[in-house]
Amino acid sequence: MDGMRVVENFDDIGALEDIPRLGARTVTTTLGDVAVFRTADDTLYALRDQCPHKAGPLSQGIVHGDSVTCPLHGWVISLQTGHAMGLDKGCTPRFTVKVENGRILLASGVIA
Amino acid sequence: MNMMSSARKKLVVVGNGMAGMRTVEEILQRAPGMFDITVFGAEPQPNYDRIMLSPLLAGDKSFEQIVINSLAWYQANNIKLITGEAVQDINRYSRTVTGEHGSVSRYDILLLATGSNPFVLPLPGVTRPGVMTFRSVADVEQMLSIAAPGKNAVIIGGGLLGLEAAHGLNLRGMSVSVVHLMPTLMERQLDASAAHLLERKLGARGMNIYISANTESFDGAGDNGHVQSVTLKDGQCLKADLVVMAVGIRPNATLAKACGLATDRGVLVDDTMRTSDPDIFAIGECIEHNKQCYGLVAPIWDMAKVAADHICGVAQPVFSPVAAGTRLKVSGIEMFSAGAFMGDKSTEDIVLRDAARGVYKRLVLREDRLVGVVCFGDTRDAGWYFELLKNGDSLGTLRDTMIFGPATATGDPDTALAALADSAEICGCNGIKKATICNAIAEHGLTTIEDVRTRTKASASCGSCTGLVEGLLKLSLGADYAPEAAKPMCKCTLHGHDEVRRRIKNAALKTIPAIMQAMQWLTPNGCASCRPALNFYLLVAWPGEYVDDAQSRLVNERMHANIQKDGTYSVVPRMWGGTTSAQELRAIADVVDKFSIPAVKVTGGQRIDMLGVKKEDLRAVWQDLNAAGLVSGHAYGKALRTVKTCVGSEWCRFGVQDSTALGVALEKATWGSWHPHKVKLAVSGCPRNCAEATIKDFGVVATDAGWDLHVGGNGGIKVRATELLCKVMTEQDVMEYACAFLQLYRMEARYLERTAPWIERVGLKYVQERIVDNAEIRTALFADFLYAQKFAQTDPWAEEASDKTLGRKFNAIAELV
Repeated sequence: MDGMRVVENFDDIGALEDIPRLGARTVTTTLGDVAVFRTADDTLYALRDQCPHKAGPLSQGIVHGDSVTCPLHGWVISLQTGHAMGLDKGCTPRFTVKVENGRILLASGVIA
Repeated sequence: MNMMSSARKKLVVVGNGMAGMRTVEEILQRAPGMFDITVFGAEPQPNYDRIMLSPLLAGDKSFEQIVINSLAWYQANNIKLITGEAVQDINRYSRTVTGEHGSVSRYDILLLATGSNPFVLPLPGVTRPGVMTFRSVADVEQMLSIAAPGKNAVIIGGGLLGLEAAHGLNLRGMSVSVVHLMPTLMERQLDASAAHLLERKLGARGMNIYISANTESFDGAGDNGHVQSVTLKDGQCLKADLVVMAVGIRPNATLAKACGLATDRGVLVDDTMRTSDPDIFAIGECIEHNKQCYGLVAPIWDMAKVAADHICGVAQPVFSPVAAGTRLKVSGIEMFSAGAFMGDKSTEDIVLRDAARGVYKRLVLREDRLVGVVCFGDTRDAGWYFELLKNGDSLGTLRDTMIFGPATATGDPDTALAALADSAEICGCNGIKKATICNAIAEHGLTTIEDVRTRTKASASCGSCTGLVEGLLKLSLGADYAPEAAKPMCKCTLHGHDEVRRRIKNAALKTIPAIMQAMQWLTPNGCASCRPALNFYLLVAWPGEYVDDAQSRLVNERMHANIQKDGTYSVVPRMWGGTTSAQELRAIADVVDKFSIPAVKVTGGQRIDMLGVKKEDLRAVWQDLNAAGLVSGHAYGKALRTVKTCVGSEWCRFGVQDSTALGVALEKATWGSWHPHKVKLAVSGCPRNCAEATIKDFGVVATDAGWDLHVGGNGGIKVRATELLCKVMTEQDVMEYACAFLQLYRMEARYLERTAPWIERVGLKYVQERIVDNAEIRTALFADFLYAQKFAQTDPWAEEASDKTLGRKFNAIAELV
């Protein structure tokens, strides 16, 4: 009765406590590292671990609000959209990530 | 319907709690006399208000006061009440319910209201006497049988229920500790800022709060002895005569499952509260509706109405959950939260922090509608916000002022300030009234905040009323008021660096959230610019007390290595004064081979840099270097980097003093210290100055007569040669002046300001007055520096290598390959 739905595969990658608040951890995948971020209010976001500027590891940046500041040259990337903020232009791919019963589930498909 | 009037339908209710009895009340209202009602209750008491167990524990209420339906009520309504008998079996074919003592009841309609069970952590010692949950009157009675002044209670779980239990036992005179797994209390009801205020408030009441704490075991004598202590995973041991576990509830769906009803986490119900059997309804904490389980009372009251309508067949409503609000029932602590108070990608925040009153309000808006509220310290307007939230109306112009509550929702803050009585107190610390400030402004022609501070002391202490004083200046001077343009630290705040540092000391602010709360930060948790600065300021202000916040460190300081453009790291071990040995060089060579490190380079500061180390190899590299006695060189930090030396009188035919030995001694004294920016020292053994001491932050050049001390130099984009600070005679003098200078720089320069621009800003004379002319200030600075170093001189590599989290931050959380 619903329209067609895309079925997403989720992988259990660890427990919520494995990522510090305002921090990130990486997931090694065949397509390169994915950075999973945890905000102060425990929202999770997942982005490819590469800044659109010069491929800096976003997982090593400082997380604030719903953004991360790249450790290499200080670009600020929106965790919600993957887009660079301010005057910078660029975008890094996002992944679907969610928490169920304290476990972090990462979708295998890219959504943006 | 084929039903004789004398043969009324039989309604059996399993569960004599709040949800079940509320439904019965709703049914009696709609169709009195429609059913023969039988109620099974596992507990011996009539229906009581479970929410009031906390006041019962605290001694604020008696049991009689929390009874909702007395035995007389059951009799008056012809309800057959079977207490103290849990239901054992439901037979859906014979439509009968059997109790554990053999009572059998037939039903036409069955209502399950079996509630929930407290979750019990499966830890060693959990069955010991004295370890219990908090769910029933019996639990409260058991707690009270143990509680006594001076005894110790440990509450596992810092959620709503756990904190209420903690409060109750605290009032009973027990010494109470709360062990909470998450980093903030009540994370399901409060955001981090409000939780921080709560933690402070509970701490002030003498409770010990352990956050991010994991329980290991409950210990006592023998296998079954009464509990005596609780051991945490980090090894801490807390004394315990009583342990209360309040770590969440699980829907009690056991019976439903046993009789074949559809269940998942709870008993599955549709929008009419029907289970998978159309003659069986379920309600309350035992159900699961649209993947959601419930623990708060408001949605359960809605369920009762829906179920009653369908059971009586009078209407066909559907259950759709509305936002519910929570209040903490701890007297003297005002707190309220409702709706989507955490916010998400589609929401924005309006935040009000009134530090002096300990008030924090956060309104979460989505597309011009209020969707979430957190109030802490002042909940007078909570009801108004909750109405706005439930109505879901467009806010329009209300948005601008709604954070101040309904009273001022039409005015602006300036008008509100103008309307304040002359006798209203503006500065709480110094008791300064509005009239005093306004008169001083008029009489003495004051024009700046500093003027007002000097003249009246208003806002001169904790400074939280600075905004109000500014407002009064604006009201008094009108267009003539030109606020001082202190450049804000960043876009997260209106305050400059110096003001922030002043407040950290004067108002004893000791954590980053405390600063953000007290100084009314504009963002929830700062940014990559202010957080590292605040972390540094706290480290300098409260040595040995402040716990470094790794998440507020820039990557290099968090990883103790320099990130390179390809995401690998460079590792630089410390070589005291630039000296090394065959053994150290051999260890470095071995590490380079073992980890296939692609590049090795000698640095400008006389060190060896290994470039291209992979993140996941860092710990192992350090372990090997540590084993050879090498420690972190801090080449990555806003810290003491290097003390560069020449070979001096020991080898050089021109050398007049032993510069190498002095350089090593200086580095041994100053390594590990954090600074506003990187700091480099150098010691040259003669005026030829081969160690290039005159482009260092602190340079020492030997002369025949003693030592010249130079300050404020650097290489870099804008080369600046040092200025001569003074000349001293002995090595001890060099040490004292160097440390005092570094401490002054640590305490007064702004984050990311090197010594050169700092000295240009304050003037060399200012530095000389403190370091050279005034021995008292110098020795005090020297002592402060040495004190801070006691906590700073630990090798971060060794710490990481032995870290209990097993180097989490260096490794991937998972591999999906």
